[in-house]
Amino acid sequence: MIRVVLPYHLRRLAHVDAEVALDLDGPVTQRAVLDALEARYPMLCGTIRDHVTQQRRPFLRFFACERDLSHEPPDAPLPDAVSSGAEPLLVIGAIAGG
Amino acid sequence: MSGVRVLVGTRKGAFVLTADGKRKQWDVSGPHFAGWEIYHVKGSPADPNRLYASQSSGWFGQVIQRSCDGGKTWETPGGGVTMEPGQMPKGESNKFVYDASPETGKPLTTHQWYDGTQHPWEFKRVWHLEPSLTDPDTVYAGVEDAGLFRTSDGGKTWQELAGLRGHGTGPKWQPGAGGMCLHTILLDPSNPRRMHVAISAAGAFRTDDAGKTWKPINRGLRSQYIPDPNAEVGHCVHRIALHRSRPNVLFMQKHWDVMRSDDAGDSWREVSGNLPTDFGFVIDVHAHEPDTIYVVPIKSDSEHYPPNGKLRVYRSRTGGNEWEALTKGLPQRDCYVNVLRDAMAVDSLEACGVYFGTTGGQVYLSADAGDSWTPIVRDLPAVLSVEVQTLR
Repeated sequence: MIRVVLPYHLRRLAHVDAEVALDLDGPVTQRAVLDALEARYPMLCGTIRDHVTQQRRPFLRFFACERDLSHEPPDAPLPDAVSSGAEPLLVIGAIAGG
Repeated sequence: MSGVRVLVGTRKGAFVLTADGKRKQWDVSGPHFAGWEIYHVKGSPADPNRLYASQSSGWFGQVIQRSCDGGKTWETPGGGVTMEPGQMPKGESNKFVYDASPETGKPLTTHQWYDGTQHPWEFKRVWHLEPSLTDPDTVYAGVEDAGLFRTSDGGKTWQELAGLRGHGTGPKWQPGAGGMCLHTILLDPSNPRRMHVAISAAGAFRTDDAGKTWKPINRGLRSQYIPDPNAEVGHCVHRIALHRSRPNVLFMQKHWDVMRSDDAGDSWREVSGNLPTDFGFVIDVHAHEPDTIYVVPIKSDSEHYPPNGKLRVYRSRTGGNEWEALTKGLPQRDCYVNVLRDAMAVDSLEACGVYFGTTGGQVYLSADAGDSWTPIVRDLPAVLSVEVQTLR
């Protein structure tokens, strides 16, 4: 089971609380997690990555295990702790300050 | 019992304001989609309980919301996922992709950028939603970067009417300060094949074949801020409006200048007349008097607030040129709000109601066609759009 933590606005859009739990077959990568997330919550399509290019939206980041994974290739394996469900994958919105 | 429903889009959510036909007591519902920018909310003329909202965010992009119960509950239309073997799942809602297929002729891939170079078309958001006059499932969407999309399945899927970008002047279009947006869509109630749109900063365009082909309709516009003031395109049109009983007469608030056309946009003449300034964003037409029009003069393109700190709506009962200031109930000192292009609307009750919203969060109503004004709400987030449904 993969755990994903969404930012507040996406939790409300998807009508979910706190963490989302996903079951994946095969390698656990950014792409596989996002594919599964969008399949289960299609209203999130286009909100985390672009509909067409599949690029991460500029003001979002992917964190896990105290690391910034945003620039990792989408098909690179996520840390074992994420694959095992010990740690969540965090989708983080950039802070808007000022 | 008649009533009105006012649909307000703001920087931080949508609000639904309802009242009976007296328009004295108001119920305020919202914020819906709290924290998101709601550029526009509009109801279907064919089914008043069917509403569409454009919800967007710099973080999360574009979402389309739909209500089938007059704004009590909302859903993201579609939501179905197509899954083909070996392919990624694809949710269908919220997806606006410019048409780049060869079948549409010559789909453009670039337009003029601020520095004069060509720049790729990039979808940013939906500025305006215009439901069909006859089918609640058909809606037109004006988007940034300027393009026109249509859904015929209630917002589940959207297809571009690529003939607009592809008609030839597209490479000359360029963004205004607010971006390169298609912000106005007028459907001709007497001719389902005719539609007008307006784009900042390109101008006005018309189709007479239901969106397949388009032509610029900017003859008579004069804009000092472009190299050729009389150019075919490049004009920063802020808003156009028509009265349903006389759809060949168009009124325009351009960046500077209030304009009028009596031939469906083929030619324009200035009707700014005695306005204190002819810069502004909104323009609208009285529901029952096709020659009575309203604007809110704004000081200048450098100072986006009313002249002298006095918020005044101007009304012409002569289709332009002769204007009177409407001030009763509006702040006449220390007022420095703006009224954005989609933030004025009228109801069609017997005594026409006029409504507008400000960047200060007020929504004002005049239940006597502009003679006097009162705020319905005072402290919303900055208002981006106001639409009104007359419920019977």
